[in-house]
Formats: sequence, C-alpha cells, structure tokens
Amino acid sequence: MSDPISLSDVTVERDGAAVLRDISFALGASERLAIVGPNGAGKTTLLRTIAGLERAKAGRVTLFGKDCGSEADFRMARPRIGFLFQDSDDQLFCPTVAEDVAFGPLNTGCTSEEAFARASEVLGTLGIDHLGDRIIHKLSGGEKRLVCLAGLLAMRPDVLLLDEPTNGVDTENGARLRDRLRAFGGAMILVSHDDGFVADMANRALVLEGGRLRAAEIHEHPHMHSHAHVHTLPEGA
Amino acid sequence: MIALPGDMRVRLVTALILVVAISQLQTIPVAATVLAAAVTVAVMSGIGGKAWLRMLHVETFMILLFVTLPFTVPGRAVLTIGPFDASAEGFTRAAVIACKVSASVLTIVVFLGSVEAMRLGAALHSLRVPEPIVRLFVLTVRYLSVIGGEARRLQEAMRARAFRPGSNRHTWRSYGNLVGMLLVRALDRAQRVEEAMLCRGFSGRFPWQKPPRLSRSEMGFMALATTAAVLITAADRL
Repeated sequence: MSDPISLSDVTVERDGAAVLRDISFALGASERLAIVGPNGAGKTTLLRTIAGLERAKAGRVTLFGKDCGSEADFRMARPRIGFLFQDSDDQLFCPTVAEDVAFGPLNTGCTSEEAFARASEVLGTLGIDHLGDRIIHKLSGGEKRLVCLAGLLAMRPDVLLLDEPTNGVDTENGARLRDRLRAFGGAMILVSHDDGFVADMANRALVLEGGRLRAAEIHEHPHMHSHAHVHTLPEGA
Repeated sequence: MIALPGDMRVRLVTALILVVAISQLQTIPVAATVLAAAVTVAVMSGIGGKAWLRMLHVETFMILLFVTLPFTVPGRAVLTIGPFDASAEGFTRAAVIACKVSASVLTIVVFLGSVEAMRLGAALHSLRVPEPIVRLFVLTVRYLSVIGGEARRLQEAMRARAFRPGSNRHTWRSYGNLVGMLLVRALDRAQRVEEAMLCRGFSGRFPWQKPPRLSRSEMGFMALATTAAVLITAADRL
C-alpha cells in the first residue's frame, strides 16, 4: 500500500514570496508526525497544501497514491482526511452539535439516519454524548474543540491533520481529546506548540523553519532548573 | 400554562396567519379584544420578564403615534394646543395601531420568543423558503455572536489604550478603522468557514434533514389558529 500522504519538492508561494520551499516528506499509514517550528514558519500553510486549500506552485502532492493537482482531485481525497482548523468557530457552523457532526457523513452520501447514528456514536467515544442537542455557540472552548474533532471522526478518515488541537482546551476536555486521539488508528500530522502533547502523541518529528523542513527527534530528559515561585501567604502573616 | 406545539413549522405558520389577520384590523373594539386575548395567552404561556421588557421598547414607539397621529389625521377637533388641533379620528387610529402592533409582537414573542433562532433554519427550508435565504439567515445567526465578540474585544483593546470617544476626527477615524477591521476579519472568516466545509466534503448542496410529518394535533392547532384569524377578521368587518 502506498503512503497516505507524500509531498515531493513542493513549493508554495503567497504574494510572490515562497512560504514553503522544496518540501519533501512521506507520511506512513500509522505514523504520527509532529511538525514544530516558530510562528509564521508555514506550518498551517503546509496542512492547507495537503488538504488542497492552497495550491503548490511547484512539486507534487500525492494523496493515497494519487497525484492531486486540481480541485476535483482534492475533492475526492478530502473525505479521507480530517483537517482540524486552528479556530473552532471556523469549523462549527451548524445550529446544534449533532447536526454539525452529521454534516460530513451527509455530504459523503450517508442517509440521515446513518449520519446521526454515526454522530451519536462518535460523540459517545469522546465522552460528550450529552452535548448532542446543545446549541454550538454556547459551548465552551474545550467543548467546541471536541465537537470539531467529532465532526472529522464521523467521516471515518484515514488521516488527521491537527492544527493546534490543544488550543484553548481545559484539562478535563484535553484528557478526552488525548484519549480519543491515542485510540485513532490512522496516520496523523500534528502542529502544536504544546511540547507535552507532542511528546505524548507523536512518534516522529520534523522542524519547519523559514519554509524548509528538517528532520528532528523527540527526546525526553530531566532538567535541572531553578525558578521563581509565588505562594500564598499564611492567614494573618 | 399552555403547551405550544414543538414543531417549528407549525409555530412559524401559526404566528404568520395570526399576525396577518391582526394587521388588517380596523375597529377599536376588535383590536382591543385581540390585544386582551394576546396578553392573556402571553401570561398563561409564561413568557419571561425579559420578553415583557422587550414589549416596553415597542410601547415607547407607540407613544410617538399618539403624539403625531392626532395632529396629522384630519377630523373632528377634540384638543387644541396653540395653532394645532388634535382630531378624535387621529386618536382612534393611533389606538388601533397600538393595539394591533402590541398584539402582533406578543403573538410573535409567544410563538417564537423562546426559540433559538438557529433552530428556525430547517423549518424555513421545509416551508420552501429559498435555500440561499435560509442559509444566509442561519449563518448570520451563527456568526453574529462571534463577530460581536470580536467587536467587543477590539473596543476593549481601544479602551485599554486610553481611547475615549468624543465627537472629533480621531474618534471617527478610529471607529472607521474598527469597522474596517471587522469587515476584513469577517471576510477572512467566511473564507475559512467555506474551506472547512469543503474539507468535510461539502459540494454546494446543503444536506438538509427531511422534516417529520405533522401530527394530527399539530394540524388541529393550525386549523384552530386559522379559525381564530377568520373570526376576528369577520368581527372586524361585519
């Protein structure tokens, strides 16, 4: 089987300036690749290029063994790629949680019953089935993030592209997010500034800097450190 | 307490029928009776204090009618202030309009006031309202609070940098920038929302759910409302 995603010598320009330069890498079927780098390095652009929202100026984007160049090519591949956007409000546009999660399956030809059955199943695996009937714009940031992910998982994708998945997520919902992502069987590309999350989730890492990709490694080591602390004073002190 | 039908289509259609009938009333006795009935129903269906407060806004506007209409509608003078005569016909017309508007607003509040606007989309679509209009409506409601939040944060940031609005060039220019920034951001967001939809396989056709069939009691409810509408129209004209 061919790799779900492979890029070779991809260059993306915006306003005449190259944002990504000669990017080449392949993502294996169960690989969890972290892409790290400073702000503005082009991480989001890279994900957008894979999803076909940004077109490569040069190079080849190959999704599931097929070269993709036109909107029609990408349209075929998109249902197999779940792209989690940075801002949940961009992704959630339906009135209620259940409707939003069912949106993807309905687009890919599921009947209404199937789509809503899938929605409640996915919400269940995320531990948020109680949110089904809630109005989306009244959810908390963490809940919105989980609902976004549910909307992607309901399409049963082979690959997840996660752009800052832990942004604005509280501890409790963060734990649900991690548990569910760990249980995901497919491949994953994650872009995150949350080092703990990256170390926890990824099994390979690349650094993107100035539009170029370099190999990196994830390692763990103890730090000797000293830092200032703030403690509350005892009552009456 | 009165239990209203849960189906949004029934609520929308019933409210529409009643409001159309009420808006055509011409005589005070019928209009006043309808208003009394509307108030009774509103009280019995337990609309919240917020809804009554909203009524106050409407009534404030009604005062304007009582101030202007008597002096502009020709007829028998009942009151003279300086060179201006207030006519009895003008007072009557103002009273009829006040009754009709209040009753209509109450009807809408009772039927739709407690409904999340977002839930009306599917109902509007199944009532054959053109899809682009429904989609505009639903997305507007969805993103109103998001864009409102952005506007609030921008304004707070302006205040945090010691901005104090006055009537001067600096203020107008700053507000111009604020509005411009909101427009630019809203456009960007619209773009991203569309892209997110594309990523989930959207191909231009919105997958609306098929609405459930109306139950017999819901049909009965609409028939009842239609009868009431015919009755008040008849009482008014005969």
